[in-house]
Amino acid sequence: SVSNIVPESCLLIVVGLLVGGLIKGVGEKPPILNSDIFFLFLLPPIILDAGYFLPLRQFTENLGTILIFAVVGTLWNAFFLGGLMYAVCQLGGPGLNHIGLLANLLFGSIISAVDPVAVLAVFEEIHINELLHILVFGESLLNDAVTVVLYHLFEEFATFEQVTIIDIILGFLSFFVVSLGGVFVGVIYGVITAFTSRFTSHIRVIEPLFVFLYSYMAYLSAELFHLSGIMALIASGVVMRPYVEANISHKSHTTIKYFLKMWSSVSETLIFIFLGVSTVAGHHYWNWTFVISTLLFCLIARVLGVLVLTWFINKFRIVKLTPKDQFIIAYGGLRGAIAFSLCYLLDYKHFGMRDMFLTAIITVIFFTVFVQGMTIRPLVDLLAVKKKQETKRSINEEIHTQFLDHLLTGIEDICGHYGHHHWKDKLNRFNKKYVKKCLIAGERSKEPQLIAFYHKMEMKQAIELVESGGIGKIPSAVSTVSIQNINPKSLPVERILPALSKDKEEEIRKILRNNLQKTRQRLRSYNRHTLVADPYEEAWNQMLLRRQKARQLEQKMNNYLTVPAHKLESPTMSRARIGSDPLAYEPKTDSENLPIITIDPASPQSPESVDLANEEPKGCGGLPPSPEEDEEGLVMQVKEPSSPGTDDVFTPGTGESPSNQRMLRCLSDPGPQPEPEEGEPFIPKGQ
Amino acid sequence: TTVTSEQIEHLHRRFKQLSRDELTIRKENFDSIPDLEFNPIRGKIIHAFFDKRNLRQESDGLADEINFEDFLTIMSYFRPIEMNMDEEQLDRFRKEKLKFLFHMYDSDHDGKITLQEYRNVVEELLSGNPHLEKESARSIADGAMMEAASICVGQMGPDQVYEGITFEDFLKMWQGIDIETKMHVRFLNMEPIAPCY
Repeated sequence: SVSNIVPESCLLIVVGLLVGGLIKGVGEKPPILNSDIFFLFLLPPIILDAGYFLPLRQFTENLGTILIFAVVGTLWNAFFLGGLMYAVCQLGGPGLNHIGLLANLLFGSIISAVDPVAVLAVFEEIHINELLHILVFGESLLNDAVTVVLYHLFEEFATFEQVTIIDIILGFLSFFVVSLGGVFVGVIYGVITAFTSRFTSHIRVIEPLFVFLYSYMAYLSAELFHLSGIMALIASGVVMRPYVEANISHKSHTTIKYFLKMWSSVSETLIFIFLGVSTVAGHHYWNWTFVISTLLFCLIARVLGVLVLTWFINKFRIVKLTPKDQFIIAYGGLRGAIAFSLCYLLDYKHFGMRDMFLTAIITVIFFTVFVQGMTIRPLVDLLAVKKKQETKRSINEEIHTQFLDHLLTGIEDICGHYGHHHWKDKLNRFNKKYVKKCLIAGERSKEPQLIAFYHKMEMKQAIELVESGGIGKIPSAVSTVSIQNINPKSLPVERILPALSKDKEEEIRKILRNNLQKTRQRLRSYNRHTLVADPYEEAWNQMLLRRQKARQLEQKMNNYLTVPAHKLESPTMSRARIGSDPLAYEPKTDSENLPIITIDPASPQSPESVDLANEEPKGCGGLPPSPEEDEEGLVMQVKEPSSPGTDDVFTPGTGESPSNQRMLRCLSDPGPQPEPEEGEPFIPKGQ
Repeated sequence: TTVTSEQIEHLHRRFKQLSRDELTIRKENFDSIPDLEFNPIRGKIIHAFFDKRNLRQESDGLADEINFEDFLTIMSYFRPIEMNMDEEQLDRFRKEKLKFLFHMYDSDHDGKITLQEYRNVVEELLSGNPHLEKESARSIADGAMMEAASICVGQMGPDQVYEGITFEDFLKMWQGIDIETKMHVRFLNMEPIAPCY
């Protein structure tokens, strides 16, 4: 099919061409990609998306390589190309003679930068292995600093009468200012965001806003001072992410993810379409010599640069870059809309040949995106380049990775070698001791990474359970390995209570499953700030319930009797809990006698807060409500809502235990408290 | 081993520092390294140096002291990969490193990582957080063990018992991670050498 051969970016450019042609054909003047719009609105979402979800581990492991490619590589490209084009211009006859060295160098600097948008668009589709992906992508992100410096430098120099050595030295220094300044601005805003997110536990609905807002401000602030906006954006995304994710609720996290993906998709599409349209709309000046030599030298410069740099880099790398890798890196040096926009910004007064530049740039862009973009996929297959491995993160892997990290740090310490691991460990310790305490709210500031990871996995499992097990069956794909398989002696000897027999366990499971189904139907009273009850919460509760059950098996139980049944069955009570939006909810006919399960995830140290409730669930072979038998299986507590119709039927127990905090984070999204007059429970339809 | 002579010199100097100019090192000598204090799996690392299985000796158990040759033997487990290794060498290289790791997990030397040993590993990893309940470490270890069982054995009936992770299972678990490239220490530049007490 077409989409297998032609990458999306190409198709979009073609669409742009068609649209532009259409507009021109009608007699209107088609719009050109306005540089302001591009730099202010279209580019930031893509970069933020990239920066926020940057795979930090691979990035830092290969940082040296990436920096060398980005800085030295881009410089080499710019000067090599600029110089050669100058030579071409001198020899090119009357049409080109007037283009000075500076103009050519400027042209070189504009076109030499690898474009992150184009790289993303193409590399996303070919699923290449992570190393190559991060190398090319990282390079495209970090070379922005170089591009900005060179661009502004040459642009200014073109207005000078004389360029002195001082100017050159200052230019060199300005590179450090631009890049480090950009990073610094980004870090500051990242820290501010993290700090803000610490206090957002009561206004969860606007949490994503802070992330977007502060990142954008970082970008604007950097651009304001002619610092590298892209680096600021990436730095802020990288810095804020671990702390923000620890603070915000699960729903906000999902929101951020989807919004970023959405915006960056839209931006990317628009950029490519605009490129097409601008090609049709723009004033072109086609000069065969100039264009062809530009194209040629671009490719040559790229290949040479990669070869030489890799030879140099391989001396310091453990995992050397093979010739295949080098080829892909060289081939992946795509140019894109940034080059176009930068050229478009040039002032006609100083750069009369702007149109010619523009034409050449567009040609190069088209060539790289179309030819290289289309052929890279078959080439990757042909050369049998390693593809991305779809590995599931597992808890085992996390344990092993952490163990290995500590081991290597230890060995380095024993050798007396202040290496990579040593400094990483120091940074982690500093982070844990000081930074986390400031930027992460509550208990989570002390949560070690392993625990956080484990909880994330459990959450994922709970979600998967709901998505696949909504009909109440445990899918066969899920492993049947349970705690009994690995630790048959898990019941302590001094148990007073009899062990739970297999059928009892099965009954309990059945009850739980059925209730999972039914509690889904219960909705809270609806207002603008409330979202519909999340089935994930029920699954989460089920997970907690299972764990709770396992714990309770080993502890002394309080022998509470059953909660009086009449309380549950009273219509007002059940209606209060089923408080629903009459527009959106069609209740089942037997909703009146739903067994209501409220789970209080109390910590194990407070068994007195756990009531053993025995209910007669409808439609199941329930447990016989014999008071003399210990119902150690069902650990449920029926809690009355503080006032009928409130949103917080799932009020977690007070207390700051970690599991409570987690529950709070997951559930505390209802937003502001309902107004007093909303206390009236809605009557479900059909009652 | 393929450690260069320069690196051997560096390591020898370090060995002398640790052993206070004696010929052998004992466990106590490792206490003089200040940075090692913060390492949660410190005990296991030191233990690994004295583990006879790692020292390629035929016997089992723990040595009381090791000389420079043994020190080098342990260090050789952390040498980086070389470009010109063929498939077989690479496989052996990888297995060696994983065997070292396996010995660290399997503290009672019975060839299997049992649930208790795994729990012990996780507890040690989390030992830097004193306020943490033991429960959390145990449930993580249990979860990990269950995952390992399902990877290595697949579906299990309720009556089957998974005894522990054998070395073959261990290899399976590590399939996704390139240990050859990760488990190494750069010996390239060893200056400055960190001080001891």
